[in-house]
Amino acid sequence: MEKLNIKEFLDQDERKDLLRLLTAGSVDDGKSTLIGRLLFDSKKLYEDQLDALERDTRRYGNAGDNIDYALLLDGLKAEREQGITIDVAYRYFSTNKRKFIIADTPGHEQYTRNMITGGSTANLAIILVDARTGVITQTRRHTYLVSLLGIKHVVLAVNKMDLVEYSQDVFDKIAGEYRAFAGPLNIPDITCIPLSALKGDNVVEGSENMAWYSGKPLLEHIETVHIGSDKNFEDFRYPVQYVLRPNLDFRGFCSTVASGIVRKGDEVVALPSMKRSRVKSIVTYDGEQEMAFPPQAVTLTLEDEIDISRGEMLVHPDNLPTVARNFEAMLVWMDEKQMDPDEQFFIKQTTNLARVKIDRIRYKVNVNTMEQSPSKALELNEIARVVLSTGKPLFFDAYKKNKSTGAFILIDPITNNTCAVGMIIDKVEMKDIQEMEIPEIHLAKLGIGQEHYEAIEKVVRELDKQGVAVKLIKE
Amino acid sequence: MSEYKLSHLKELEAESIHIIREVVAEFENPVMLYSIGKDSSVMVRLAEKAFAPGKVPFPLMHIDSKWKFKEMIEFRDRYARENNWDLIVESNMKAFNEGVGPFTHGSKVHTDLMKTQALLQALDKYKFDAAFGGARRDEEKSRAKERIYSFRDKFHQWDPKNQRPELWNLYNARIHKGESIRVFPLSNWTELDIWQYIRMENIPIVPLYFAKERPIVEIDGNLIMPDDERLPEQYRNKIQMRKVRFRTLGCWPLTGAVESEADTIEKIVEEMMTTTKSERTTRVIDFDQDASMEQKKREGYF
Repeated sequence: MEKLNIKEFLDQDERKDLLRLLTAGSVDDGKSTLIGRLLFDSKKLYEDQLDALERDTRRYGNAGDNIDYALLLDGLKAEREQGITIDVAYRYFSTNKRKFIIADTPGHEQYTRNMITGGSTANLAIILVDARTGVITQTRRHTYLVSLLGIKHVVLAVNKMDLVEYSQDVFDKIAGEYRAFAGPLNIPDITCIPLSALKGDNVVEGSENMAWYSGKPLLEHIETVHIGSDKNFEDFRYPVQYVLRPNLDFRGFCSTVASGIVRKGDEVVALPSMKRSRVKSIVTYDGEQEMAFPPQAVTLTLEDEIDISRGEMLVHPDNLPTVARNFEAMLVWMDEKQMDPDEQFFIKQTTNLARVKIDRIRYKVNVNTMEQSPSKALELNEIARVVLSTGKPLFFDAYKKNKSTGAFILIDPITNNTCAVGMIIDKVEMKDIQEMEIPEIHLAKLGIGQEHYEAIEKVVRELDKQGVAVKLIKE
Repeated sequence: MSEYKLSHLKELEAESIHIIREVVAEFENPVMLYSIGKDSSVMVRLAEKAFAPGKVPFPLMHIDSKWKFKEMIEFRDRYARENNWDLIVESNMKAFNEGVGPFTHGSKVHTDLMKTQALLQALDKYKFDAAFGGARRDEEKSRAKERIYSFRDKFHQWDPKNQRPELWNLYNARIHKGESIRVFPLSNWTELDIWQYIRMENIPIVPLYFAKERPIVEIDGNLIMPDDERLPEQYRNKIQMRKVRFRTLGCWPLTGAVESEADTIEKIVEEMMTTTKSERTTRVIDFDQDASMEQKKREGYF
């Protein structure tokens, strides 16, 4: 291993990237042992990179078969004994190639909610199976949820290989069965790794016990898996988050680039007004940029003075998202309180907040068998394909194509709880929806004088912020 | 595609800026809690980045327990002045005037009255509906499971069993009157990330973080630096000069120093990677048996 002095170490370390991963599996599968080993063995490797650490090996002197890696974690089990439910706990570790954030989701009872919560931002999921039992119902459930969230990289970690005599036949059978099952779920990258978290085979180091395995050990795999092209760099979407007006000469639109790339000079169009302009500058604290890409947080200024507020979206004129009030989505119910199909919820999608109604439940999905069945209302952890209508138009893409503009949450207007989360499939045809009428106010017809227009427009804008659309007709 | 790749620090920076802007856009009266520590210094820089070239549209608030190191207070006032921040300083004056302090009342009573209660009084006084804090999830295990938007009821209490699901970057900002949200934009940063970012961005920090010869007295195994005349009589003839630095900053009688030669950020990182103690072990308050962090957080502490 190349030894570095502290300056070289930090200079190199500043440049590494970030991978977010989800671990799924139960304690019985050896999940805590696996995470423990990843955290502690990789730390040793990472720190040994540093020149000064050569002398310091005693700390890890007895690392080997005797350490209980599961015990090294801040016991989730202990917290359960105290009666505290944890749905997701975050853990952090680094190697000299990458920084990792693990979303660790324990618990069986609320597994769907936990996994969905932990996995929404994950680049990669590690699904554990016990080599002795192979693919079980739980494995199928985890894999379905991973595919629902659009996680592009899955590692099937076939653990406890030491208990099946490191048999290639056992591994091949499990891997084959898994690939056959997962095929229709369209996960682009599935890697199966035989390992023993307890003995350390193929976790951080390779395994002499499984010379027949020619792939990478788990850590090397997650250090090198290519995630750079997972983001959508094609469709420029810029949902305005905040309008910055520090003085009369500066009017900037702050946001995080949701997808695509924007360059200085690009022609852009604002939704929903369809007004056009060009990007004058891309401003940051560290100076102006020639271009911006996801997930950079920047401020755009435009050549022309057009009125844009939070929730509106800047895009390229030749590449528009869908603009609609009706769409289909996969919805996961996250609330203890059962869905009331007559209620109006709030929907938050990009930086937009609107009123929303669930028009119909097309079918409910059994997460264990993937069977579809009719349903009138959803309960905690249930998943369904639904049709939704919003109180004002939203700008969206299919979640499959664009996570940032295809994801949304529903908020209960009474408890303010996040009661459901969803992934947009597509807009729906008019015949399928019960139209929610947008009320119209005909100012001239009502005999309202023009001097009041400004005040009325202000109220309408305020209502819009609250997710209620009202159409003003002035002529 | 490598041209469109961000380093982990730049990705964390972007995530934090997104969170800070989102709060300003959706809350009426946010405030940033400023502890003068290294994490606060990073958070403050991220806020400056979020609204550049404009001024940050919310104030900084420091809860002064009246036992902070003098160097911290000097640093605070200078930083706020030079960087054009609105700075609010609040203390629990009633308790202070009654003589509450760590030596007379113990760390638990002191922390509760001068930190937790002082914070709650200040939040109520200004009716802040969102308060940014610099806590990180890798610091302490009750924080590992806390959300970025951490909901508090009207008594400022946190209920770890009843947290709102938090997905993608879609934060739920809806609250009823009197309720509030604590926001942790540094949730996904580790201690190493903080140091690397301070180094990369040249962020000023309180000099107490760097090793120097300082007057030290050992109290219950902790290396305490007496910072004013309130050190009890029995310790006064036991002061020795020792080369130390502080891994965290707080009230001087409750913050233990560590012996160290690390007088640059590089050396601090090097030292950090060769020691196994977690950074909060130098905080005396964490050792109070019946006052775990989780309990304090439930009661409204950050």
